[in-house]
Amino acid sequence: MIYLISFIGAALALLSGYFIPWTTTPIIIGTTYAIAALGVSVMLRAGQVSFGHAMYACISAYTVAFLARAYPGMDALTLIAAGVLVSVLASAVIGVFMVRYRGIFFGMLNLALSMVLFALLGKLYHITGGTDGLRIERPTFLGMELSRGPYEFLLLILTIAIALVLAWWVQRYFRSGNGAALAAIKTNETRLEYLGFSAYAVMWRGYLLSATVVGFSGSLLALIQGLVTPELGLWLRSGEYVFIAILGGAGHAIGAFLGALVFEAVKLTSSAYFPGLWQFILGFTLIIVIFLFPTGFVGQLSKRMKL
Amino acid sequence: MQPLVKTSGLYLAFGGVVAADNIDFELYSGERLAVIGQNGAGKTTFINICTGYLKPAAGKVYFDGQDITAQAPRKIVRLGMGRSFQLPQLFTEHTVRECIQISAARQNPRLSVFKPLADTVDTNEVDSTLELVGLMQDANVLSSDLPEGKRKLLDVAMALALRPKLIIMDEPTSGVASEDKHGLMQTVMNALEERKVTSWFVEHDVDIVAQYASRVAAWINGAIVADGSPDEVLNDPRIKSEVLGN
Amino acid sequence: MFLNILPLALVDGIAYACLLFLVSMGLTLIFGVMGILNVAHGAFYAFGGYAAASFIMMVAPATESSWIPLVSLFLVAIVVGTILGGLMEIILIRRAQGYDPILKLLLTFGALLMLEDIQRMIWGAQPYSASEVVNRLGNIELGGITYTTYQLVVVPLTALVAYIGLEYFLRHTNLGKQMVAITHHREVATSLGINAGKIGLITFIIGAILGVLGGALASPTTSLVPGAGADMIVLSFAVVATAGLGQITGALVAALMIGIIRSIAVYMAPEFEVAVPYIIMGLVLLVRPHGLFTVAQARTI
Repeated sequence: MIYLISFIGAALALLSGYFIPWTTTPIIIGTTYAIAALGVSVMLRAGQVSFGHAMYACISAYTVAFLARAYPGMDALTLIAAGVLVSVLASAVIGVFMVRYRGIFFGMLNLALSMVLFALLGKLYHITGGTDGLRIERPTFLGMELSRGPYEFLLLILTIAIALVLAWWVQRYFRSGNGAALAAIKTNETRLEYLGFSAYAVMWRGYLLSATVVGFSGSLLALIQGLVTPELGLWLRSGEYVFIAILGGAGHAIGAFLGALVFEAVKLTSSAYFPGLWQFILGFTLIIVIFLFPTGFVGQLSKRMKL
Repeated sequence: MQPLVKTSGLYLAFGGVVAADNIDFELYSGERLAVIGQNGAGKTTFINICTGYLKPAAGKVYFDGQDITAQAPRKIVRLGMGRSFQLPQLFTEHTVRECIQISAARQNPRLSVFKPLADTVDTNEVDSTLELVGLMQDANVLSSDLPEGKRKLLDVAMALALRPKLIIMDEPTSGVASEDKHGLMQTVMNALEERKVTSWFVEHDVDIVAQYASRVAAWINGAIVADGSPDEVLNDPRIKSEVLGN
Repeated sequence: MFLNILPLALVDGIAYACLLFLVSMGLTLIFGVMGILNVAHGAFYAFGGYAAASFIMMVAPATESSWIPLVSLFLVAIVVGTILGGLMEIILIRRAQGYDPILKLLLTFGALLMLEDIQRMIWGAQPYSASEVVNRLGNIELGGITYTTYQLVVVPLTALVAYIGLEYFLRHTNLGKQMVAITHHREVATSLGINAGKIGLITFIIGAILGVLGGALASPTTSLVPGAGADMIVLSFAVVATAGLGQITGALVAALMIGIIRSIAVYMAPEFEVAVPYIIMGLVLLVRPHGLFTVAQARTI
C-alpha cells in the first residue's frame, strides 16, 4: 500500500517537473525538506528531538560549495557524495559525546553546536562568504554539461530517486534490530541495558543514520539553489524539520513526506492568501496537529488503514 | 561444584544506614532461593550490587567464577544473569511478541541494521517462551495494554528469552490480586524449571515462599541472619518476630 | 590592551547579563514549576521591547521628566507580561498538562511562530528603540571612564531587585512555597490541596513578566528588529541549560559568566562573540551533563 502511494507520488512529481518546468525547483526544495525531516524522525524514534540537525544539511551544503568552487570540474554526483561523507564524519565525531544526552539536553546541545556553526559561518567572511553565502556554478551531471532546464530536471529525478531510496532504507532500519532497540530507548532505556544492550551504541548508530539522511538534503539543496548561506543551519530551520516530522508522525518513513506535503501546502496557501502570516498559520497548524493528532497524520491513518 | 553467584565481604552504606553489611553469600545452580526481609533491610540493595546497578564500597561479587564487581549491568547480563522487576519494566510501545524478540536478539553477536528483527530471532524459541508463560494469545497486544498479572509474566519472559543461567525476581507476585498470586508463581516457576534456570526471588508472601522455594535467606539491617530450608527459616522464632511480623 | 578594556567590558557584560538573567529567570521558573520549556519566551522579550519602545516614543516628547519614561518601562512590562502570559497559559498551556515534554515544547514553538508574525504585523520591520530613556538619565564617571547611569545602575539594580524579590517570594510567602512544593512533587502537592491550576497561571504570568521586563529594559540600549525574539530564546536556553533547569540562582551565575565572557570577546575576538554562549554551554554540559547546579536525581528502579 505504502509502496503504491510512494510510486504514485514520485511519478506525479516527475510528470509535473517535465510538463510544468517551473514546478521543478519547488518540488526539489520541498523534497529536501522531507528528506531532512526523515533524518530528524530517526532520532524521534528514540524519543529524542534535536533542534540542531540542520547543521548536517549546512555542513554538506558548504562542503559542496567549497569543493565546487575549488574544483570546477567536479561532477554533481561526486559533490553530493562528498557532502554527505563530510556530514557523516562530523556526526560520527559529534555523536561520540552527543548521544550520552537525553531529552531537553540532547535537543539543546545539538542546538548549541548548530548555533556555533551558524555564527562562525556568518562571521568568517573571507572563507565562507559571511551572511551572503557562497555561489555555486552549475556542475556537470554525469559528465554532461547542461543548460538550466535539463540540469534541473535531472536533479529532480535524482532527488526523487534519493528520496525513495532513503525512505526505504530508513523504514528497513526502523524494522531491524537496531530500529527496535532505538524505539525501546524511548520507552525503557534501562530495561534495554538490562537485556544486555548498549543504548549508547544503538543511539550512536541511529545518530549517524539521521545525519547521513539530513546530509543528503543539504547537498541537494545546495545544487538546486546554486547558493549556500548560514541560514541552512539556523535553529529555526531545525525546528521546521522537527515540525514536519511531527506533522507526519514518526511511525513510518513516509510520514516525513506527507508532513512535508502538508507543510508546503500550508506555506503556499498562506503566502497566497495571507502574505506575512505564513509563520502564524504554520505555528497554528502545529498546535492544532499536536492537540488533535498526537501521533501525527500517519499515526492516525495507519491505525485506520493498517499500513 | 562452584557457586553460580558468590559474594565476599560486600559492604555499602547510604548516609548513616548500612545497606549491605559485609555479606558473604553463595548461590548454587538449580536452587530456588527466596529472600525475605522487612522493607529497607537491604534485599534490593544486594540485588542492585550483584546486577551492577550499584557499586559496593568494599567486597567482591563473582558470577560463574568471574569477578563482576562494579561491572556495568549490560556486561553482567551478557554473562547469564537475568532480572525481572517489582514494577514491570516493559517496552510500552512494542507488542508482547516484539518485547520477547528484542530480548531474544541478544543471542546474536550484533543487532541487525537491515534485516527485520523478526527474521533475526528463532521464531520457535520466541513462540515457546510465549507458551511457557501463557502469553501466546496476547502476542500481538501492546505491552502497555496488558493487565497487571500478564505484565509481570512478560517482564519475566523477557528475562527468560535471554537464555540466562539465573533470573533474579524482585517481588514477582506483588501488585497481583491474592487469588492470582499462586497461579502466577506456578507459571513462572514452571517456566524457569523447564528452561533449567536458577531462581532467586524476593518475596513478602510467606505461603508463596513456603511453597516454591528450596532455600530461604532472611535479611535484617543489611545482613543475612538466617539461611536454610524454608522449614528452618520460616519457623525460626527470631525470623518470625522480626521479619515476618505477627 | 586587556586591562584597558576590562572596566568597559565588565559594565557592558554585566548589563547584558542582567537582561539575559531576567529573561532566563522567567524561563527557568516556568520550567521548574510547570515542566514546560517555553520557546515563546523569546516572543515575550520581543513584545516587551517593542511595546516599551512604542510607549516611550509616545510619552517622552510629552514630558521633560527623566523618571516618567523610566517608570513607564516597568509599567509596560507588567501590563504586557500579564496579558501575554495570562492569555497563553489559559488558551494553550493548561490544555497541555498531560502531554509529553517534547510535545509541550513544540506547542510553545508553535506559539512563538504565531507571535513573531503578530509582532511583525504590529510593528513592521523597522528598528525600534527607546534611547530617550538612557539620554534622560545622564552619565556617571568612574575611574576616568564615563558610563551611562542606565547601564551602570538601573539595569543591574532591577535585576538584583527582581532576583531578591523572587527568592523572597518563593521562600517566605505561602503562594511561593506552594510553587516550590509543586516543583518538587506535583502529585503530592495537589493531594495536599494545593491548587495546581491557579499556581500554574500565576507562575506563568510571573515568568512572562520577567521575560517582557528583559525586553523592556533592553529597548533603551538595543534596536528591536524582527528575529530578536528567536535570538533571545536560544540565548536564554543556553543560560538555563548551563545553570541547570529550574535553578534560579544558578541562572544568575550562568548569565554573568556568559555575559561577561561574551563582552570581553566583543572587544578582543569579535568573530567569536556570537558563538560564546553556546561554546560555554557546550563545555559546561560536557563536564556536568545536567547543568552546573542541578542536584543529583535519585534513581527510581
